[in-house]
Amino acid sequence: MDFNPILHVDHVRKSYSDTPVLKGINLSIFQGEFVSIVGKSGCGKSTLLRIIAGLEDINEGEVKVNGERLTTINDGARMMFQDGRLLPWKTLLQNVGLGLTGDWKPKATYVLNSVGLKDRAGHYPSSLSGGQKQRVALARALVHEPELLLLDEPLGALDALTRMEMQNLIESVWKENRLTAILVTHDVEEAVLLSDRVIVIGEGEVVMNKKIDLPRPRSRSNPTFHHYTEEILDVIMEESCVKKSECKIV
Amino acid sequence: MFNRVWREKLIPWMIPMIILGLWQILSMNGMIPATILPSPIAVIQSGAELTASGELIDHITISLGRALTGFLIGGFLGFLFGLFNGLFKPLDLLLDTSIQMLRNIPHLALLPLVILWFGIDEVSKVFLVALGVLFPIYINTYHGIKTVDKGLIEMGKAYGLKGYSLFFQVILPGALSSILVGIRYALGVMWTTLIVAETIAANSGIGYMAMNAREFMQMDVIVLSILIYSLLGKLSDWIAKLFEKKWLMWKQLS
Repeated sequence: MDFNPILHVDHVRKSYSDTPVLKGINLSIFQGEFVSIVGKSGCGKSTLLRIIAGLEDINEGEVKVNGERLTTINDGARMMFQDGRLLPWKTLLQNVGLGLTGDWKPKATYVLNSVGLKDRAGHYPSSLSGGQKQRVALARALVHEPELLLLDEPLGALDALTRMEMQNLIESVWKENRLTAILVTHDVEEAVLLSDRVIVIGEGEVVMNKKIDLPRPRSRSNPTFHHYTEEILDVIMEESCVKKSECKIV
Repeated sequence: MFNRVWREKLIPWMIPMIILGLWQILSMNGMIPATILPSPIAVIQSGAELTASGELIDHITISLGRALTGFLIGGFLGFLFGLFNGLFKPLDLLLDTSIQMLRNIPHLALLPLVILWFGIDEVSKVFLVALGVLFPIYINTYHGIKTVDKGLIEMGKAYGLKGYSLFFQVILPGALSSILVGIRYALGVMWTTLIVAETIAANSGIGYMAMNAREFMQMDVIVLSILIYSLLGKLSDWIAKLFEKKWLMWKQLS
């Protein structure tokens, strides 16, 4: 593991019209890590991810990417959104090739193959199932060979079986491409399954930073797995938002 | 007898055909006097005569020219205003209220004014058509741009698109279906405006041909003019539909 973090979040504060969402977040992410951010809905985890992507302004503090202060869109990061956000007027191949320049087709085709949608390159997103759409969204993020893969609850809307398939897919592309990934999820099991480290956000602050020391591939039936899940869940439950009005719905 | 495709093509034409047949029969029986409504065959005959003399083609060409010129000018301006007001907040604040106020004036009410300004020259017709076409295209372009999914725009930015590439890959395609609705609506406005303008203030064109025929009680020519308008209207709508099919292909393939 590299000694210098590729991403450093330093005392970041963020409020939406006087409602504080993040109250001084400190966080470092290292090369090759898979980090999950969990917490109750409305406690700022998605906002934090969007700040890392450069999609939100911050009120105080700073985000450093490879030591440099982030002021605009984070070009080294690619985000996968919960709702896919494929362009309905582009074919799958064109969607994957979005933002690429030059001879993009072979590259996009290759990545589309790697998520198992080889035969559908010319189809439009409207003909796909939810899981397939997220595969395309994953391919679209991977094709840029991002330094940082940001996953904003990408599996939240999928059924249990598709979810498990996608978890395996995400883990394998993370491993193969030696990516650094940050996953925001409300599913603690998913976080423990995939991550090297789980960060719990409660009321706009980091309340837990837990290293997961389990060999991969991980099994949910492992007692230690269960132990990790319990421990993290306990912290989340304690840190429940007392005043609902202070929580922004994310 | 017929397969399904043919049946679906023929069924929409059944009612017009039956009406046409009845009309012809009633005319031949003398139940509809020729002074009230000429028979379809009489209309077709006068159409053939006017075509042979070249008169009809001249009038149609003139009318089409006016319609298209007005449509292009008005459509272009409406599109431009809709685009810029939709994209740039300060312009929107400056212009939208004024445009909405102008929009609420029925453009045909300006006809007397337009005749005084431009006479019964080409300019008056083109001006009215352009004015009529401008607003539906403005509103639908503006609305289309404003309602493009914000999530998609954000995604585009996060994937390195900005400026032109963001506009052409995300914003314009997102607004396109609304813009096309505006165009189809505007095509209807284009023809009605032209009909009124040509009927009242012109010395050529199909509307003029109809008014001229009225002077000589040429019922068949009047009905012919009306039919030509409806055919031209149908034709332009059909062309607009073709573009819709081509550009919004992704919508049908679900």
